[in-house]
Amino acid sequence: MTDTPRSAALELASQPYKYGFVTDVPSDTAPLGLSEDTLRFISTKKNEPSWLLHWRLEAFRAWTSMKEPRWAKVHYPPIDYQAASYFSAPKAGPKTGPKTLDDVDPEILRTYEKLGIPLREQEILAGVTAPSVAVDAVFDSVSVATTFKKELEKHGIIFCPISEAVLKYPEMVQKYLGSVVPVRDNFFAALNSAVFTDGSFVYIPPGVTCPMELSTYFRINAKNTGQFERTLIVADHGASVSYLEGCSAPQRDENQLHAAVVELVALDDASIKYSTVQNWYPGDKNGKGGIYNFVTKRGACRGKRSKISWTQVETGSAITWKYPSCILQGDESVGAFYSVAVTNNAQQADTGTKMIHIGKNTRSTIISKGISAGRSQNSYRGLVKILRSASGARNKSQCDSLLIGDACGAHTFPVIESRQPSARVEHEASTSKVSEEQLFYCRQRGLSSEDAMALIIGGFCREVLQELPMEFAVEAQKLLGISLEGSVG
Amino acid sequence: MLEIKNLHVAIDGKEILKGIDLSLPDGQVHAIMGPNGSGKSTLSYVLAGRDGYTVTQGSVTLKGKDILSLSPDQRAAQGVFLAMQYPVEIPGVTTMSFLKTALNALRKARGQNPLDALQILKLLREKAKALDLSQELLSRAVNVGFSGGEKKRNEVLQMAVLEPSLCLLDETDSGLDIDALRVVANGVNALRAPSRSMLVITHYQRLLDYIKPDVVHVLAYGKIRQSGGPELAKELEKTGYAAFAREDA
Ligand SMILES: Nc1ncnc2c1ncn2[C@@H]1O[C@H](COP(=O)(O)OP(=O)(O)O)[C@@H](O)[C@H]1O
Ligand SMILES: [Mg+2]
Repeated sequence: MTDTPRSAALELASQPYKYGFVTDVPSDTAPLGLSEDTLRFISTKKNEPSWLLHWRLEAFRAWTSMKEPRWAKVHYPPIDYQAASYFSAPKAGPKTGPKTLDDVDPEILRTYEKLGIPLREQEILAGVTAPSVAVDAVFDSVSVATTFKKELEKHGIIFCPISEAVLKYPEMVQKYLGSVVPVRDNFFAALNSAVFTDGSFVYIPPGVTCPMELSTYFRINAKNTGQFERTLIVADHGASVSYLEGCSAPQRDENQLHAAVVELVALDDASIKYSTVQNWYPGDKNGKGGIYNFVTKRGACRGKRSKISWTQVETGSAITWKYPSCILQGDESVGAFYSVAVTNNAQQADTGTKMIHIGKNTRSTIISKGISAGRSQNSYRGLVKILRSASGARNKSQCDSLLIGDACGAHTFPVIESRQPSARVEHEASTSKVSEEQLFYCRQRGLSSEDAMALIIGGFCREVLQELPMEFAVEAQKLLGISLEGSVG
Repeated sequence: MLEIKNLHVAIDGKEILKGIDLSLPDGQVHAIMGPNGSGKSTLSYVLAGRDGYTVTQGSVTLKGKDILSLSPDQRAAQGVFLAMQYPVEIPGVTTMSFLKTALNALRKARGQNPLDALQILKLLREKAKALDLSQELLSRAVNVGFSGGEKKRNEVLQMAVLEPSLCLLDETDSGLDIDALRVVANGVNALRAPSRSMLVITHYQRLLDYIKPDVVHVLAYGKIRQSGGPELAKELEKTGYAAFAREDA
């Protein structure tokens, strides 16, 4: 009788990835392959000081002796690291150093316009939306524009491409780079340390609350290239900042590697809120193409009463391997991890967090919402480690899985290691399904099938979405609806 | 308003409704009574367009237009509302935001401007008060942790807010104590209007003391076996449904 709703849903499900277009710009690309010469090529392109080249070489030598991790619950054919290019920059763009939007290739500006990322400050300021967001736009291996730099400088805040920070603030970069994620930390972190190209650097001086959201938008455009960005955020005593990361990539049949490293450092009484809406190209329905998102993100609560929170909404990528973590070193420091990970079709996600309690009375919260549909596999992997020194430590973890259909899988691997008898650790887990009954109830009240799905999923993820800055929460909920559309027949 | 002709419905190939004819004029209230398992809920679901209920024969028109080819949300936009026998829980979604999303979706489909959060809040408070529902309930997740009575009143609240033209009430009285029953009935009666028709499904005569129907139909074994005035309900209370033995078995 009524096969209308079903076919409408299918039609929507097959709608192409909205951000999958390619920008046609002449680019300066390193030859395929990875060797010490590649690192020299990158270092020269970026006019880097010699200490950084040595740092890269050390990382590269470590990497060559390391093995790709295979413990995650993800499967993919061996990656040929010699078949990719490790540097690609649009030609028209100037190298590092100060630049204005007029120097940027108009094609690239149009790309960000199409993606809805505002790069023209005048237009943002003229707009109705306050508070505004400062953006660093990274296109393949280089940052093409950073907005509101002047405004931020007034507060002593540094927000610039990391390649620029290396030249302008070398002591600061040298002091903190690799201090949270050492070059030998893991296979992908070592690779990143060797070949990282761009990313953002943020420094918030003592006592300053950053007056606007800071955000970096990563775009992979060129073919056969990986993106290896590096982000470093330092909040000095009593400083606070909220930072948001977004991303997308063209739709291609080949898999592309994205191996980023993000390091956060919070000193006494500082707070850093790091939010991600990850929407890399997930591959097609049959699992062809898509981004391999192998990322190391870690925050160090070095100071007393410091706070770091990770909020992530992961909807894209063919494979996600990512465990944003907190090292709670300062007494009474606080770590949080709020995560929504959605997998559909043939996507695989193995994501979670590590909370390492070192200081006294440290606290951590973990809320993980995994949503699986299609034939996808979604795993939560978490470690709560409480050292002997962490008297009075507390952790609360909650892992909820939502299944859509019968062909997908949800797995949770929570590990708790406590050497401190006074610590309190609570763990709750649940698994539920989106029922046909719920969808019908919403549609009976007038909601289209995609709005019904978005509403139900939004409800399931509410505790995480409410951690996102308001505008992004709305976007994220829509994105969730789109990612899952058509997954209930 | 609603014309049902020779409606046959199967679930998983098993015929449940075996030729229903029913004509519900504008502004009227008809009651459908019948024993458990006679197909009352099936009728309400098939009118609202739920998946899995296959119409094998017959037609249904609303205000002269076929609705069987429409999706549930399109039917809702045409004015169909179903107060369900077992209201569904939606964790994490507040009743307030659920109704805001629903009302604005319907307004959009009907070519009206959306209401903003403040207008919705005002509207909901007023309607909730009339149904003796606490404000606090509006900020709780839809039906999660609601008592049986609260769930049923929440259905009537939604009906009052969404202003449908065809109200289908499936055992809205079951599980209600006498005071709650009175409140719900008052809420429903307040919605009676010349341009709105209601199909009130109930197992017991009791509800019909409060919501006076124009016509009472008896549905048993997939067919309407008898129709009459309100007095038919009283009679059934005495005789029960035993008289309507299966004739097809
Ligand atoms: N999903 C279903 N699958 C199979 N049979 C069903 C289903 N739903 C209802 N039925 C059957 O249809 C008949 C009518 O059910 P229902 O419409 O719920 O009756 P009522 O509401 O009058 O109590 C019953 O025999 C019931 O078992
Ligand atoms: Mg029933």
